[in-house]
Amino acid sequence: MELKAVGKEKRRYEGLDHVTGTTRYVDDVIVPGTHVVKALRSPVHKGRIIRLDTTRAEQLPGVAGIITAADVPCNSYGFLTLDQPVMAETDVRYKGEPIAAVAAQTEDAAIEAVELIDLEIEEQTPVFDVLEAMKPDAPKVRPEGNILQIGDKNYRSVVFGDIERGFDEADEVVESDYLFPSQEHACIETQVSLAVPESDGRLTIYSVTQALYFLLRQMNRILGQGNDVSERWSGRMQYSYRGTLGYCDIKYVGGTVGGGFGGKTDLHADPITALLALKTGKPCKWRWTREEETLFSTRHSPWLMSFKDGVKKDGRIVAREVRSIHDAGAHTGMSSYVVDKHCFYVIGPYHIPNVLVKGYVVYTNRTPTGAIRGFGLTPGTFASEIQIDKVAERIGMDPWEIRFINAVRNGDQLATRRKLDSVYLIETMQALAEWAGVTLPEKCARANSDPREAEVWPLAETMEAPLEWTGGTVS
Amino acid sequence: MKKRGKGLAVAFYPTGLGGGGDFSHAIVKIKPDGTADLIIGTVELGQGARTVLPQMAAEVLGIPYEHVRVTNSDTDSCPICFGTFASRVTYFTGNAVVQAATNVKQMLLAEAATLLDTTPDTLEIVNGIIQVPDDPKKSISIGDVAFSALYVKHKFLVGNGCFGRAASRPDPETGACDPLATLAWAATWVEVEVDTETGVVEIIDSKSVYDVGKAINPALVRGQIIGGVAMGTSWTLLESLYPYYPSPEHEARSFRDYAIATTMDIPTMESRMVECLSVGGPFGAKGMGEMTANPPAPAIVNAVHDAVGVWITKLPLTPEKVLRALEANGRAASAEH
Repeated sequence: MELKAVGKEKRRYEGLDHVTGTTRYVDDVIVPGTHVVKALRSPVHKGRIIRLDTTRAEQLPGVAGIITAADVPCNSYGFLTLDQPVMAETDVRYKGEPIAAVAAQTEDAAIEAVELIDLEIEEQTPVFDVLEAMKPDAPKVRPEGNILQIGDKNYRSVVFGDIERGFDEADEVVESDYLFPSQEHACIETQVSLAVPESDGRLTIYSVTQALYFLLRQMNRILGQGNDVSERWSGRMQYSYRGTLGYCDIKYVGGTVGGGFGGKTDLHADPITALLALKTGKPCKWRWTREEETLFSTRHSPWLMSFKDGVKKDGRIVAREVRSIHDAGAHTGMSSYVVDKHCFYVIGPYHIPNVLVKGYVVYTNRTPTGAIRGFGLTPGTFASEIQIDKVAERIGMDPWEIRFINAVRNGDQLATRRKLDSVYLIETMQALAEWAGVTLPEKCARANSDPREAEVWPLAETMEAPLEWTGGTVS
Repeated sequence: MKKRGKGLAVAFYPTGLGGGGDFSHAIVKIKPDGTADLIIGTVELGQGARTVLPQMAAEVLGIPYEHVRVTNSDTDSCPICFGTFASRVTYFTGNAVVQAATNVKQMLLAEAATLLDTTPDTLEIVNGIIQVPDDPKKSISIGDVAFSALYVKHKFLVGNGCFGRAASRPDPETGACDPLATLAWAATWVEVEVDTETGVVEIIDSKSVYDVGKAINPALVRGQIIGGVAMGTSWTLLESLYPYYPSPEHEARSFRDYAIATTMDIPTMESRMVECLSVGGPFGAKGMGEMTANPPAPAIVNAVHDAVGVWITKLPLTPEKVLRALEANGRAASAEH
């Protein structure tokens, strides 16, 4: 049937608003009486809080309230591993970690109040190099250790075929190391959060999140613990049906974001504006400066990757061993999840019969890393695609030809045992070659993604994947 | 001296969360004039969810795209979307939208069948008119059907949809699991010019072909590609928050010391789409948003190697790194003589 709407270049739904500057973002929401939020952040990379006294700051005219770790009902959150505090308790694990936050009538008062908070920190030796951090006697970023435990291992493992046999069969072995550094999402809109206490005891949060319900669930954990909030700040919860803050007591408002790229999947500002709004009864807004955004919002993790490939002279890669180290920063965040995804796909779109991948989540005393466009595949693709050119160079083969020889086809399995359909790599490369004026060897020009002959590639036994995903835990 | 080289890189990208288990809901309700409200919990980041999702609803309902309004404002009014990430919205929320629109379409056809004295299976909807094909006497506008259902018969014309995939826990030894919905494919061909005096790498030409399944809105797909190639190229040539990694010294603080590419740095980047329809995606769509940023880095590195014979395996690919690698190569070459 002929399609009328799908496949057509329909006008962008909100395009006119964007190009005329009339789109309303969180920072454009005006609520009368809104207080300005500023945070006291750790001045050191690693340390222990000796003294934290907010008395003088609280007495400053215009200051409505100050919160510290003691005001957070449940001071640990995360995606799968719940190890990140909203505000530092005793230990500070990265420079810029929030320690206290102020709500004041004006920005000047908020900044002055932050300066009046009496903080004494005993500075400790930080660790920044993942290879140093992995050593047993390294300074501990986290009390549990510097490497995340995933089940009974300290790495995610992907094993397919027999790696030793693969290297035995190989004519050449090619090894190389790769570094993919850390990048900032660099959205035009920085982190902004506006929390408004409503007359019925609910809380409305205007958020820049990429995922409304995703954050609602995490906020429910932070705020919805027992009667903590209602006992302390009595009156606010009087209309709540169970006396605590739950899903139904928080209304997340959003849906329009000034750039995300993965940088707005973490909580960032929302828990702090929410707690200040609850404590003071005032609408509280926190808009991060560009400097805060650059230094303290989640960023791309640096990745160290080591590849070892076994290749036959005819171009078939028969073994690939990868060790990847993900520099998580000071807290787990999404690191276990991103390392999993990296390990599932780091082999690249190639049919390699013998595979061994180990992916490590390593903590350092730097700003926590988080989701970013490409989520573990960007560094993986970077390394894998240079590696295959290096392999081609070693055996004197054309970079196009080696990709055609090893390209996955319909019916092939990934190292994770997933059997593939709608594979189109060979055809995509053929379209590019034709367009770029590259003459392909005849067998490449004639190839397609039809299932390969079974006897050419011995497939490992198909394995049924168990249901339910729980991810790694710190033990 | 200026030397030119060419480099190839390919990529694939999975649609959906890395551990599976994600889902999206959608609601489509019909207004008395026959227009539709699409209600989703999906955040619009600029990628075009608020455009392609109503396109799908319009297609299923047989009404113009302009007759679908989108609400995605808050958690009180909107159903759950797991989130705008993992290149998942077009596929996952799209499937939910198709299901919701199909459900409400069945209600409309049942109502129209009563009014036209026929059965729902004889009816089609074309451009907002419900009709029996080839029988001009048996036709009625969606608006008339909706008004009759809502105001006369007091029925609520609403359809809902949900699409998700089961969570998949990796086997602890082998990593075996099945989280991905589908895979999209890409291939990029880059030509660079390397100045061996300054180490500066200039991109002369960049051609990419992307398999995106069905392009629901080709203009928006092109937008995603342009943004992705620019971002990937910028990561490759310019960006690192820690210029002396792993040392934290001179960590970037602002755009003064953290440059991202401007249009002047990304002179040309041509792209084409091919469409290998996905199994299970709405109209065969695949998630392609994230993928487009991935091939530029290795393609550029491979092109630099083709031009001057050095491998830059640590990004960013700065002039300093190129010069140091050329110098090391020169030393190695003279040591051999």
